[in-house]
Parts: sequence; C-alpha cells; structure tokens
Amino acid sequence: MGNARSKKIIDFIMKIIFLASAVITIILVAFIGGYVVSQGIPFFKHIPLFDFLFGTKWAPSGDKYGLAPMLVASALGTFGAIIIAIVIGVITAIVMVEILPPKLASILSAGVDLLAGIPSVVYGFWGLMFVVPVINEVIPNTIGQGSSLLAVIIILAIMVLPIVIRMTEVSLRAIPSELKEGAFALGASHLQYIFQIQLLAAKSGTLAGIVLAVGRALGETMAVILVAGNAAIFPKSITDPVRTLTANIALEMGYAYGLHQQALFATGMVLFLIIIGINCVVQILMRPKKEK
Amino acid sequence: MENTLVSKIMRNVKSPKNKPPGKSNMRSGERIIYGVMGLIATTTFMILVCLVGYLLFKGIWHIDIIKLMPAIITTIYMVGLGLLFAVPIGMGCAIYLNEYTRGGKFVSTIRFANQCLTAVPSIIFGLFGTMFFVTQLKMGYSLLAGALTVAIAIVPTVVKTTEEALMTVPLSFREASLSLGASKISTIWRVVIPSALPGILAGIVLSMGRIIGETAAIYLTAGMVFEIPKSVMESGRTLSVHLYMLAKEGLSFEEAYGTAIVLLVVILTLNLITYRIGKKIGKK
Repeated sequence: MGNARSKKIIDFIMKIIFLASAVITIILVAFIGGYVVSQGIPFFKHIPLFDFLFGTKWAPSGDKYGLAPMLVASALGTFGAIIIAIVIGVITAIVMVEILPPKLASILSAGVDLLAGIPSVVYGFWGLMFVVPVINEVIPNTIGQGSSLLAVIIILAIMVLPIVIRMTEVSLRAIPSELKEGAFALGASHLQYIFQIQLLAAKSGTLAGIVLAVGRALGETMAVILVAGNAAIFPKSITDPVRTLTANIALEMGYAYGLHQQALFATGMVLFLIIIGINCVVQILMRPKKEK
Repeated sequence: MENTLVSKIMRNVKSPKNKPPGKSNMRSGERIIYGVMGLIATTTFMILVCLVGYLLFKGIWHIDIIKLMPAIITTIYMVGLGLLFAVPIGMGCAIYLNEYTRGGKFVSTIRFANQCLTAVPSIIFGLFGTMFFVTQLKMGYSLLAGALTVAIAIVPTVVKTTEEALMTVPLSFREASLSLGASKISTIWRVVIPSALPGILAGIVLSMGRIIGETAAIYLTAGMVFEIPKSVMESGRTLSVHLYMLAKEGLSFEEAYGTAIVLLVVILTLNLITYRIGKKIGKK
C-alpha cells in the first residue's frame, strides 16, 4: 500500500514539474514584454509618444528621436517583400500540390526546407555580395550604390518565401477530396478548380501563413542591416538606402546609454507591440480551424 | 455553362463574394497559365540554386577550418548550453500540454504564450538579454548570457516539435500501460517518450539549427571576442556572428565566404538528419 502511495506522490510531483515548465513559458513572455515596455516607458517622459512616432529626424547626439523614417522603412520593406512572397509562394505551393508528380514535388519540397533552414545572416551576406552589386549594375549611381529598399525587399521576400509556401501547402492538402471530385464531376477544368475553389477553401491557412511571414519580415535584423544602407532618412525612391526598426536597435545598442538607450528600448517596445498585435490576428484567423 | 456550375460549387465552399466567372476563354489560355505557374515555381528553385551556387563558387577555395576553429567551438558550446536550458523546459511544457490536459482556458493561454515567443523577433530577445542578463545580472558579454537568451528564443520550437511527436503516440499505448498498473509517470517515461523519441530528436536537431543560425540575439549578449572561451562567463563569437562581423566590417570577404559555406554545410547536414528521422517515422 505504501508503495502505491509513494507512486502517487511521485506522480503528483512530476505533474507539478511539468506544469511549472508550462507556466514558465507564460512567465517568459510576460516578463520579457513587461521588461522591454518598462525600460521603454521612461523615455516618454522626455519625448512625448507623438513626437517619437511621427518625428522625422533621428539624431541621438542632438537628442532628436523621431521614429517615422524607420517605421516607414519597415512598413515598405515588409509590404514589398510580402507581395512578392505571396505571388511566388502561393503559386509554388499550388504547383507542388496539384501539378508536379510526387517525385519532383518532393525535390522542390526539400529545397523549400533548405531555404527555411539557411541562417538569416547567410541571406544577408549573399544579398551584400550578389543582390546589391546586381542592383548597382542595373540602376547605377544611386545614393546607396545598390544598398537600398529594393535590396531589403528582395532579401526579405526570399526569407519569408518558405513560410508562405509551407502554410499554403498544408492548407491546400487539408482540403477534402470531395470538393475536387465534385468540381471535376461538374465539368470544371483543373485550373478552374485550383483558382476558383481550392484557393478559396484554403484561404484561412494561407492568410495565417502570410501574417506569420509579415511578422518574420518585420523582425528580421542582421540580413537587413547588411543590405539596407542604414541611413535614417525617408526613402524617396525604391533605390534609396533605408534603416528599419530592427536595424535601428541592433546598430546602436552597442554604444548607447542614458536617454539614447531608452529610445532604443522604446523602439523595441513599438516593434514588440506590433508583433504581438499581428500574432493576435493570427490567433483569430486560426481559431475556426481548431474548433472543428 | 461550365462556369455557372463552378460558381454553384463556390457557394458551397462559402466564398464571401461570388466573383463573376473568368471572362476569357480558359481553355485557350490554360497553356499560358500553366507555363507561368511552372516558371514561378522554377523561380523558387532557381533562387536556392543561385544562392548556394554563388556562395559555393566564390567560397569553396576559402574554407579555412583551422582559422575558424574559435568560432566553430564557440558555436558548439552555444548549441550545447542553449539546448541544456531549453530542452527540459520545452519538453516539460509539451508533456504537460499533451499528457495532462484536454483544452481549456489555461492551456490556450500557454499555447498563446508559446506563439508569442515564436513570433517575437530575435532582436527583442537580444535587447532583453543585453539589459537583463548582461547588465543587471552582471553576467557580462558571456556564453552564459548568450545561451540563456537563445534558449528563450528556441523554447517554443522545442515545445511544438515535442508536442507533435507525443501526439503521434497512439492512445492505446497509454491505456495498455495504465491498465497494467503502471503509474502515469512511468507510462510517460517508459512508453510514451520512447515511442515519440525520433520526433523529439528531430525537433532538437531543428532547434540546433535555430541556435546556429541565430545572430541578433547572440551578437548583443555573447559579444564578439574571437577566441575559444575558457568558461561560460567568457565572451565568444559564433559562426553566424563571425560572418556578420566579417560582412559588416568588410575586412575579409574571402573569410566571410568560407564561413558562409561552413554554415551552409552544417545546416544542410542537420536538414538531412531531420529528413532521415522523418523518413524513419514514416511521417511523409
């Protein structure tokens, strides 16, 4: 009997340990979020939130902290990258699921896995050595000599491509075959089925993938620094150098102190809140699927 | 005729808008559309070929393992330490989620927390780590600070992959074990985890790749001293940070190419390992 009792106690203790490690993840998010916010908030005593978000000049040495150029750069870079990634990614996923024979599809799929695994700094380095010079060759005499918003868009698009492909692929494969049979039975062509039925049915998963990709593109740092040119100014054209929110933190964190450091934490806070906001959107998009 | 029927099906699919069927004659345009789609899918593959090919072509002669040794060893330390912190927490969390609960508010909160952790960009972890671990806890730029930071970043990966692996274990295994009088915990240790082991391992390999590729968080917490660290309190430079430094400073692009190739080879190897394990499970 005593044995059974001690077993029960061990069971209980282990349950508590597992529970604790589950709770740790909640604590981590809350703590990191709270920490970044608490480090950023004092900054707004010196510079009002409005001036911070809409100020156009970033010059820490002159105590000017305007985040607008970085916000615009991050938004434009992410937007451009996502558009490209959607077009290429969704169609690649369709080709993989619907058109290619399984053997070829699995080769392409392995390629996508590899793309997903390549470290971001390698993308950045390749961008610096290959994409930037090519841009400079095609459009010569720009301010950044190729380091530009365009380079950022290209690199980010390639980096988020695997996410879009995977999520689209998964939701395309999840569609019940009755839809396909029904469509074909009614005389729809393969293309009509793909574009008018399959894509609509796979909408929520694809959308969730796109939003995930937005988060990834917004958060990317090192690869972007290497190709962006990093000037904290408004880009006037797609060939102008830019500095994103993430680059702003990484570039200056090493030597910042005092108000300057707080400003970087405030930048981090803005980024964090945007990402969490996006994540909430994903959560809502994914919900109906889970309840099934 | 076809088009009206298709739009009827569309209504069944619950499309929000009933788009008018395509105007153009699909049949004659089909070849072109297939062609364009094929071209785009090929683009994906060409990007990969171009990236890997270009780096290999430029860097194959510049691989200098001896010179890279400090970075390689620091990377190995970082992977080891990071996994040491992340795997127990991640596995514990996954076991709790999969073995002890069935939905509910609390569980969805944990899941949401994990999703947030996945989504938080590594630069935020770096920002946190450099203030909290490096400055406030006085660890300085060190392997330990870097490993703790990167561990936080990969916990959700471990949770997710472990959970998926646990889910593949049939319920009947657990029922059989419990009905034979095994306690819950010995069921988990002796039956569930061994059956889920390949999947768990695949997840750990994936996490290794994440740590190796991580730059922003490690750069801000482990520093960039290019030497073999003698203790966990010393600074070190992993391969990714090394590549970043070389590319940013523009001092030696040859060495950068070499480093990039070493990173690519490591990631490719890890991918192959996961692929093998995946095949063993028969998932695909």
